[in-house]
Amino acid sequence: MDNLLLMMAPFFSSKLLLVLFFGTLFGLILGVLPGLGPTTGGALILPFTMTLDPLSAIVLLTSIYCAGTYGGAITAVLINTPGTPAAAATCLDGYPLAQKGEAGRALGMATVSSTVGGIFSVIILVFFAPILAQLAYEFGQPEYFALAIFGLTMLASIGEGSPIKNLIAGAFGILISTVGKDFMTSIDRFTFGINELTEGIGFIPVVVGLFAMSEMLTQSTLINQVFNRIALKAIKLPSKDDYKKTWKTILRSSGIGSFIGVLPAEGGTVASLIGYSEAKRFSKKPEEFGKGSIEGIAGAEAANNAATGGAMVPTLALGIPGSATTAVILTGLIIHGVRPGPDLFREQPDFLYGIFGAMLIANVLFFIFGFFGAKIFARITLVPNKILWPMIFAVSVCGTYSLNQSIIDVWIMLFFGVLGFFMRRYGFSVVPVIIGLILGELVEGTLRQSLVIFDGNWFMFFTRPIALTFFILSLIALAFPLIRAKKIKK
Amino acid sequence: MKNVQKQKRANKSLPFFFRDEFKVSFVIIFISVALLITTFTFDIVPPILNRGIQPATFPKALLVLIIVMTLLIYYLATKNPWKVQKKLPKSFFLTLLSFFIFVVISKTLDFFLAISALSIFVSYYWGEKRIFYLLLVGIIFPVIVFVFFETILGLRFPPGIITNIYYS
Repeated sequence: MDNLLLMMAPFFSSKLLLVLFFGTLFGLILGVLPGLGPTTGGALILPFTMTLDPLSAIVLLTSIYCAGTYGGAITAVLINTPGTPAAAATCLDGYPLAQKGEAGRALGMATVSSTVGGIFSVIILVFFAPILAQLAYEFGQPEYFALAIFGLTMLASIGEGSPIKNLIAGAFGILISTVGKDFMTSIDRFTFGINELTEGIGFIPVVVGLFAMSEMLTQSTLINQVFNRIALKAIKLPSKDDYKKTWKTILRSSGIGSFIGVLPAEGGTVASLIGYSEAKRFSKKPEEFGKGSIEGIAGAEAANNAATGGAMVPTLALGIPGSATTAVILTGLIIHGVRPGPDLFREQPDFLYGIFGAMLIANVLFFIFGFFGAKIFARITLVPNKILWPMIFAVSVCGTYSLNQSIIDVWIMLFFGVLGFFMRRYGFSVVPVIIGLILGELVEGTLRQSLVIFDGNWFMFFTRPIALTFFILSLIALAFPLIRAKKIKK
Repeated sequence: MKNVQKQKRANKSLPFFFRDEFKVSFVIIFISVALLITTFTFDIVPPILNRGIQPATFPKALLVLIIVMTLLIYYLATKNPWKVQKKLPKSFFLTLLSFFIFVVISKTLDFFLAISALSIFVSYYWGEKRIFYLLLVGIIFPVIVFVFFETILGLRFPPGIITNIYYS
């Protein structure tokens, strides 16, 4: 009961409400603009959060996360281009339905199912994060090592694209985390005599480079692309008939999204694809999918927004991000001196439940903004890339520079921009790099500390039941793509 | 579907060293081997101070893993070639060039000037010819961002010909 009261705290703070309002609005704009999204937006706004107290800062980031994930649907329905990768599945039925003159109905369903999915996932977060945190008290260094390995193998298993390429990208992310002074012995690694590298490679330059700058290069290859925009008169709330058709789909996808979100991977993107395919599998009219099925929109949108709360579960309970955007939120927590994990639940419940409450309100706010303002947000896509991207470049450069006041960080950002472009071109996802980078120190640190505990005996890992369970799950995760590929062949 | 198959066939008909899968695998392995060699130059911790493993061991293991997995994707690609990518347009290379110009100007002349130059350059080559919009993206917006960061975050930008005038 006390915790529920703590969740209501943001309602009674005008400052938090203002932050929520701004965050949701900003998140929606980011979501609507193709190529941007909550990950890039969160990374860019991270320096500004330094002027806020920790709760306001994290509330800002989480509201951007929730609203940004929904915002992608507006562009997906109206111009057949997902505003965020998580909205890719929404295009499949959203755009065909809009072409039939029912853009308002498509967006109405996207808005309602996103809100239901988002709220459902916050409930999951409120109930499961404390349980997971309680379990984490049993975790020592070997268990954390095994858990981090499990997280990385999950990238291969349920991430987008080739599993091996995902693993390479994840290993590369961990490798980046080894640059700089070794935290146990202070020996320089991969610094090549550059003083600025002794502190390591920062998270923000890598995120902004891999997401924003690589996208700028991608947009440079598409400058002659013409979008067919569909005019939107007004959003329509789903009819009784639509609700009858979709309520089971929305609930199922909300469950799927929350579960997928908990697993460290590409969060909403994978969740929406699975949510969509499951909606098709259970549908009475699967032949309508791809031609403007309202169930298809509900399945994809409920799942991708449900992944937001799900992804926050391991982030807050274990300090292991469930998606690229939660990796940014995790960085925000660390910057503000908040250490995620079981102690956070015991020592700062007001902080945690404030975040939960804020996520709940953000889901309601984006419903209101989306419902009344989708027409205006849709107009944002009219800003031409030749104006928009130079502006994003200016913000990216200043944002990256601002954290450490280091010009080297800006150059690193550009380097990762070019690298990210070529990675994406050849089918390597950039998300595992981010997850690998954030988990890198945990993986190496826990491995080395475990070996100290075990006196260098590697086999001792397998004498710990929890660690052993995670290793077995990792093996299953690695084998899963092979099994899936064989099944598809058959 | 037919197009993908056509592209795959086209890729298969190229000599192996022109194929994307070879070029990508070669670059990854080449860089990984170079970095692996570098790890042998890392200082070695005396046994009394060493906790667990040597600082070079973990990166070495990662690099070996990357090399092995890259060989695996190359092997798989020989059976199932990657689709041929479209040629990159001129606008991509110009944007890439603008990044390089940005680095040069920010290092030698001025940080703000570098942002401004890149913005105008990119905007112009992406098709914006109207003076007002070029000024908007090249001067007005960077000034707003610059002042915003300077006043809200108390940021001090690196010295340069324009920044020095602003600070003086």
